[in-house]
Order: sequence, then C-alpha cells, then structure tokens
Amino acid sequence: MSASVHAADSTAGSGPAPATGPAPGATARRRGGLALRPGTWLTWAVLAFFFVNLLGVIGTVLVDSLGSRWFASWLPSGWTGHWYSDAWKEFSLGQVLGTTVEVTFLVVLLSLVLAVPASYALARRDFPGKKLLTTLFVLPILVPPIAYGIPMATVLYKFHLAGSLTGVVLANLVPSIPFVIFTMTPFIEQVDPKIEAAARMCGASTWTVLTRILAPLLLPGILAAGILVLVRTFGMFELTFLTAGPTSQTLIVALFSAVNSAGIRSTQSIDAMAVLYTGTMAVLLLVALRFVNPTQLVTRSSD
Amino acid sequence: MSGPATSGATIPAGSEPKAALRHRLAERGVDRTLLLVLPAALAVIALFCYPFLYGLQLSFQPAKGGALGAYRQFFSEPFSRKSIWATFSLALPASLINVGVSVPISYRMRREFRGKRLLLALLVVPITLGTVLTAEGILEFYGPAGWFNRTLHLLGLADSPMHLTMNYTGVLLSLIISGFPFAYLLTHSYLSGIHPSLEKAASTLGAGWWQRFRYITFPLLLPGLLTTFSLCFVLAFAVFPSAMMVGDPNGSTHVISIEAYQAALERFDYAQGSADAMIMTALMLVVLVAVAVLRSRLYRGSTGGKG
Repeated sequence: MSASVHAADSTAGSGPAPATGPAPGATARRRGGLALRPGTWLTWAVLAFFFVNLLGVIGTVLVDSLGSRWFASWLPSGWTGHWYSDAWKEFSLGQVLGTTVEVTFLVVLLSLVLAVPASYALARRDFPGKKLLTTLFVLPILVPPIAYGIPMATVLYKFHLAGSLTGVVLANLVPSIPFVIFTMTPFIEQVDPKIEAAARMCGASTWTVLTRILAPLLLPGILAAGILVLVRTFGMFELTFLTAGPTSQTLIVALFSAVNSAGIRSTQSIDAMAVLYTGTMAVLLLVALRFVNPTQLVTRSSD
Repeated sequence: MSGPATSGATIPAGSEPKAALRHRLAERGVDRTLLLVLPAALAVIALFCYPFLYGLQLSFQPAKGGALGAYRQFFSEPFSRKSIWATFSLALPASLINVGVSVPISYRMRREFRGKRLLLALLVVPITLGTVLTAEGILEFYGPAGWFNRTLHLLGLADSPMHLTMNYTGVLLSLIISGFPFAYLLTHSYLSGIHPSLEKAASTLGAGWWQRFRYITFPLLLPGLLTTFSLCFVLAFAVFPSAMMVGDPNGSTHVISIEAYQAALERFDYAQGSADAMIMTALMLVVLVAVAVLRSRLYRGSTGGKG
C-alpha cells in the first residue's frame, strides 16, 4: 500500500494540480494552489495505485518474456530474445496471425457493408416499429457473448460451419453489426439532410448523391466505426473461442489455449505470445485514438 | 436505391388508392429508404435470434427428465446451483466498486487540466488488453513470487506471501482492472454533461461542496450512474476467461458461464448447456430490468448539458 502512496506523491507533485486548469470555476476556487486538499490527494493516490498495478501487470509479462531464467528474484538473471522465436514455432504463430488478420478484416468489411445503410435509415427516418428494431439491435450487445455463443455454436455445428473460418466470421458479426449501427447513427444525424435535398434539386441522381455527397461526409465516421470493430474483433475472446476449430483460432484464443493447457510449455514463450498480442493491440489502439476521442465515443455509444 | 420516395405527384389517376396508401405510409416514415435496414436486421435475426430461439427449444428437449429436465437438473445439483451465487458474489461487488470509486474520482477531475487527455487515453489501455492478457499478468504480478508480494515483503507489511491468485480475489482483481476504466470513462462523460452553472448557482446560495454534490450533482448524475452500473454488471456477469485462469474454476469461482461452457463443450450435452445459457440470460435481464425500473423513477429532465 505505501508503495502506492509514494507513487502518488511523485505524480501529484510533478503532475498538474486540478486547481491550475483554465476551467471557468478554477479561478474562484484557487484557495489551495499546490497545497492540495486531502480529497484531491486521495483521488490521485487511488488513480496512481491503479496505474502502478496496471504497469506491474503488463510489466511482469513483458520482463518475463525477455528474461532467460526468473525464479525468486526481482529481475531475471539474464536477458534473451529467443522465447519469441520459440513461441513463433511452438504455437505456429504465423498461421494464427494470418487467420486473425483474415477474420478481423472480413468482419470489419461485412459489418460495415451490412450496418452502414441500416444506420442511415435509422438516422433519417422515424417509422412505426423503430423501437422494436432498435431493441433487436441492442440485444446482441446486452446479452453476454457466452450466453448466446453456446446456442450459436450448436447451430453452427448443425450446419457444419463450426470450426471453420466462416463460422468464426459469422459469430463475430453478431456484436459488430449493432456496434457499427450505434456508432454510425449519431454521425449520420449530424449531416444536414438539406445538403442531400439541395443536391437532388440540382439534378443529382441517387448514385451521385451517394458517392459525391454522403460518402465524403461519412468517411470519417465509417473509418472510426471500422477501426473500433477491428479492435473489438481482435480482442473478442468468448465467441471465437466457442466457434473456432484448430485451424481457425485467432491470436487471443491461441493464447488462452496455451495458458489453460499448459503442461510442459514454458511460461516465457506464452508471455512472448502475450506481448505480441499486446503490441499489436497497442498499435491498433494508437491508430484508433487518432480518429476517435474516447470520452466522445463513450457518450455516443451509451446514449 | 437509397433516395426517399418522391412519388405521388406523377402517378396517373388510375392508381390513386395505391398512390394514396404509399403517400400515407411515406408520411409516417415508411418508404424505400427503409429497405436499407433489411440486410442488417436479417443478419441479426439469422445469426442472433434464430440461434437463441433454437437454443431455447433445445433446452426443453434434454436426453432425460421431460421438458423441464435440464432446468430441474441445474437447480437440483448443488454444484451447478451454487454457480449462481458465485456469479453474483463476483459481479455485484465488482460493479459496485468500479462505479463507487469512479464517482468521487471523476467528480474531482471534472474540470479541465493539463494531461487530462493523456489520462483518459491511458485508461483505455486496460479495456483493450482483453481479459486473457490481464489474467496472465495478474497470475504473475500478484502471484506468490510476483512483484506485488515482494513489495509487501520488502516494506514489512506481510510476512508470508498473500494468496491473491487462483481464488476469488484474483478474479475480483481482474474484473476491477478491466472494469474500472470503463466505469470511469462513462461516469466522466455523464458528469461532463451536467452544466457547471447549476453548481455555481447553488454556490451563490451558500451551499458547501457536500451540499452541492448531494443535492445538485448527484441527483442529476444518478440516472447515468445506473446505466453505468448496468453496463459494468453485464461485463462482470459474463466473466469467463479470468474465472478459468486466475480463479478456482471448480470451487469458489465456478461461475455460471463456466457451468454452461462445461456442459455444452466438454460434456457435449447441448440441451443442458443451452438451458444454462438461458438461465444466465434470464438472471441478467432480471437485474437489468430492476435497474431500468429504478432509473425510470428518477429525474429525467435536462441536465443543462454542454455536450
């Protein structure tokens, strides 16, 4: 516990104090300055404790994957990179990564093609039964993936699709389609329908309106939705786990199987795989953050 | 294909009733644009509703015990019945802690300050780590020889290593690590939707910070908090990989999703597995409906939102 207080000390000392911000209320309440009140201290301490633990969780995995032997000491006795090549061979990561990329891109493409037109209609029209339709699209987000994944796996087995790439893609479409719809609808609502009407008045055909007016305006939204689905599908464990076979595993499922069936496998090469997973995820995340602001996103998807 | 149907005026007089019907429908928002909903709706029906209903009817056809055999089996077997308790005893504390801690922190940090965007970006990291990696990290970081126990030992806070993994605590930790950022981001965005002038008005009337929070901010925030709680609960209720990896899957963290998984894909009893999945969905919907009813009794007007 006191390690966290120490960390909080450095964060609060060097970091910005809430009272120095340019916000409207700040000047009126600048009685504390840098001499923070206990509540502020506690807030920073809790956050710092959280981040120290998070860093520890990620750091342990990273250090372990690079260390040669690590038993009862703070750090491994030596450093090596051979766990990565081991993991690459042992878990045939080349094939797993290929499958992951294939699944993710197919899911992104299909969910965009299916869901963007639907979100256009939902954003533009108010019709009887709209509430029912919205409920239909909310349900796959609310029901836990395991709860519908099990009946879905049974159905896929019935149609001999379970274990194949098609099955995995179909399963991952279920949460992705509603996700695209709920991300895209606010984007489309922002586009003034008068622009479309004006284009039509100037004699544009439906196709021209679509390609010259709507597509350029909606492209940022489509990109954002696509990247978010990419991140989600990459990290989607439950559905892929329930429907994948030995040849259609994605990286995260391969990781779970490696941990859970670990007998003679070294933890280091599992950790090397975990680091590869985190690294890819971090890159995807950085790309995603260039396009979307997290708080905005949460406001959008929750309302 | 996507244009709004601009018919009616050009249609010959002979087909007037039909045109009138189309016109009336278009006035209520039903026209050809609506066809755009079809692909997505059909996909969700085929891939979500059909399997779900298939599972529902399958759960009434167990190998033995009549129509309700699988459900009776679930509730008569103490091991599977206790999985309900295991699930709730993980999901409720986890979501209460996540939401409860988010409120004071986001209240403190509601104003703009330098590095806020970085803080928010950092908080997205655990969401994307995924449960599997979080579990793997927890196993090593909080394990008997991990850095956490070493630090405690170094500081003289614990003589023997604390048992934080392979039990209830490990799963709770993983739920907090992956759930807290989510709860915080949601609470934060709800809080930033409450206009600061409301609090300032209270301040001019002489309200202290506790009164401002208790009587102004909190009531306006409460509906959002209940939504946040529901979403956190959904996440925690479906805990699966971490309950298998850092928990004690055959004991205290034998949650209902593990029970359903084992029935369907380890014992290949699809009827039982579907029944377990249905029980799981029903329990979760009960909680969500209860929260929604509670939420509908609260103030739902404007929060003077700025964004």
